[in-house]
Amino acid sequence: MLTINNLHVKLEEEDKPILKGVNLTVEAGKVHAIMGPNGSGKSTLSYVLSGKDGYEVTDGTVNLNGQDVFGMEPEERSSAGMFLAFQYPVEIPGVGNMTFLRTAVNAQRKSRGEEEMSAAEFLKIVRLRAKELKIDADMLKRPVNVGFSGGEKKRNEILQMAMLEPKICILDETDSGLDVDAMKLVADGVNSLRNSNRGFLVITHYQRLLDHIKPDYVHIMADGQIVKTGGPDLALEVENNGYKDLLAGVA
Amino acid sequence: MTVLTKNFRDIELRIAKLNLPQGDWATEARTDALKRLRSVGMPERRDEYWRFTRPDVFNQSGTPPATVSAMEKEIVFSQVDALQIVFDDGIFNAKESDTLALEYVSIDRLAESSSDTHWAKSLYGQLETNGQKPVPRPLGSLNTAFATDGILVLVKGSAPKPINIIYNQKEETSDVTLHHVVRLEAGAELTILESGPAAARLNNVIEVDVADGAVFHHIRTQNNTKDNHVATHIFARLGNASTFKSFTLTINGKLTRNECLIEITGDDAVAHVAGACVGDGNFHQDDTVFITHDAKGCESRQVFKKVLRNGAVGVFQGKILVKAGAQKTDGYQISQSLLLDGDSQFLAKPELEIYADDVICSHGSTSGAIDEDALFYLRSRGISEYEATNLLTLAFLAEAMDEIEDEDLREMLTRQLEGWLERHRG
Repeated sequence: MLTINNLHVKLEEEDKPILKGVNLTVEAGKVHAIMGPNGSGKSTLSYVLSGKDGYEVTDGTVNLNGQDVFGMEPEERSSAGMFLAFQYPVEIPGVGNMTFLRTAVNAQRKSRGEEEMSAAEFLKIVRLRAKELKIDADMLKRPVNVGFSGGEKKRNEILQMAMLEPKICILDETDSGLDVDAMKLVADGVNSLRNSNRGFLVITHYQRLLDHIKPDYVHIMADGQIVKTGGPDLALEVENNGYKDLLAGVA
Repeated sequence: MTVLTKNFRDIELRIAKLNLPQGDWATEARTDALKRLRSVGMPERRDEYWRFTRPDVFNQSGTPPATVSAMEKEIVFSQVDALQIVFDDGIFNAKESDTLALEYVSIDRLAESSSDTHWAKSLYGQLETNGQKPVPRPLGSLNTAFATDGILVLVKGSAPKPINIIYNQKEETSDVTLHHVVRLEAGAELTILESGPAAARLNNVIEVDVADGAVFHHIRTQNNTKDNHVATHIFARLGNASTFKSFTLTINGKLTRNECLIEITGDDAVAHVAGACVGDGNFHQDDTVFITHDAKGCESRQVFKKVLRNGAVGVFQGKILVKAGAQKTDGYQISQSLLLDGDSQFLAKPELEIYADDVICSHGSTSGAIDEDALFYLRSRGISEYEATNLLTLAFLAEAMDEIEDEDLREMLTRQLEGWLERHRG
């Protein structure tokens, strides 16, 4: 589904390589976790995949269901099924959460040549999804992420994911800033979206999120490369021994 | 003190082809206004409040042509149940207008009110005179002297529906001077709506006297074509516990100067002035506001938002003057621009002048571009760059639009903005 091949990326404004040959394939129905110390390039990977400005791809390819990702604008990637749950969801004063969700859903439908969702149908679905994530009517009415707590912002990301029904979900440190209960709620939301057609790339610092979202594969990223790949046990190893020992073993 | 010599010849050139209407109750006020004008001269670039805006076009005798839109004009407030009054190039259109009758409201026309004891006699040109200090408003005096028509509205209770003034431009070089006088007696309520490009060159004045406990709402859209030149003044006086709220949406127009001069004379009164504008290219829009607090416990609020593109220019000059004794004044002022490219300009002159010691006054002024993080966030959800930019532009204007209390009216003006964005892609 998502194939990353020999990806090299540097910052646009300075000559500083960040990703130095990432290779990774996420299959439909699978959950891949990427763990790694600060500065290893995890978040950069998520931004480059979703098309944020400021990065330059110097080598390599990314392919989403046969399409060249780097030939697409961010909105085209989204319509093609890519979704990034932001580590820091952006506050947008003046744009209602509901308006935002509906505009996004219909923009994607339109670009895929599908009919727009009627207001009634949209409302029905969004209420159902919001309820599952314990998002109340007030949060739907408020401007996007404005005045939301850390947990509310992350739940709002998962609500968007649920509404847009992407093929590949990238979760960038979704556990950051969450207490145990909030993390459970977010993880439940993610788990309910797991199915055989959808792939997940879960980027996290800590193993604890992976207690709730059970990965099929765990990759360790260090200095812009994936240095080790294993099963869920690898996450436990990180938890017990830290990155230092693990990376020392690799080197 | 050096007295700057004004080019007083400008006045004679400007008024050479104009006639001072004679023989009615307003003649004295008109004569006085002409004297006022001759004493201060026409506006010049070196006048303190004309530094950001060239007054030349308002001073010249001839009218630069403005295209008359060939399209069937969409009447912005057509869905509102209102008493409709239509002016075509400043000329009253009786056929298109409703009968000038409304419960609790008496409506006359300036051009047809010959009685020498008309109630408006004590107001016509009076609030304009008050508004000349400390800063002269020569275009206001010019208007009082030469206005050819306008409506005179006396409100004695709660008007059952708004008055909707619709302006149409018919001729490419129409030059129109209109002067409205509104008096709300104690406890009265009225909403006035205005829309349309009135002329190639328009000079419009509204004098509003809001007595104790009265409530006045004013919603205006200046939906111009690209060549219109517009100068407007609102001169308002507020009594005890009265409310004045005015909102203006400016769309297109080569040059628009909206002045709003408010004198708060009664305690616990509320004055809100707000505006939004969108301009692309050869567009210069100027909001000049002066609010004088001369009573206790009053609230004033100025909220202005401007979206500018392709070299468009926005100007905001807003002043709050709190006189000695105007304790417990709550004054707020914000002016912001969204510059959609590097060519556009926002010029702001926010001012506070305070002579009372127990007041809350604040002002802020900012210029910014579209928030790149927000833009990326929206695009990452499948919303196109164009649509995302529009969403963020409307979001930027929302704080000003929210000043329109009536939800339906706010919706109508928001649709005007959406239409403009649709017509001005990229």
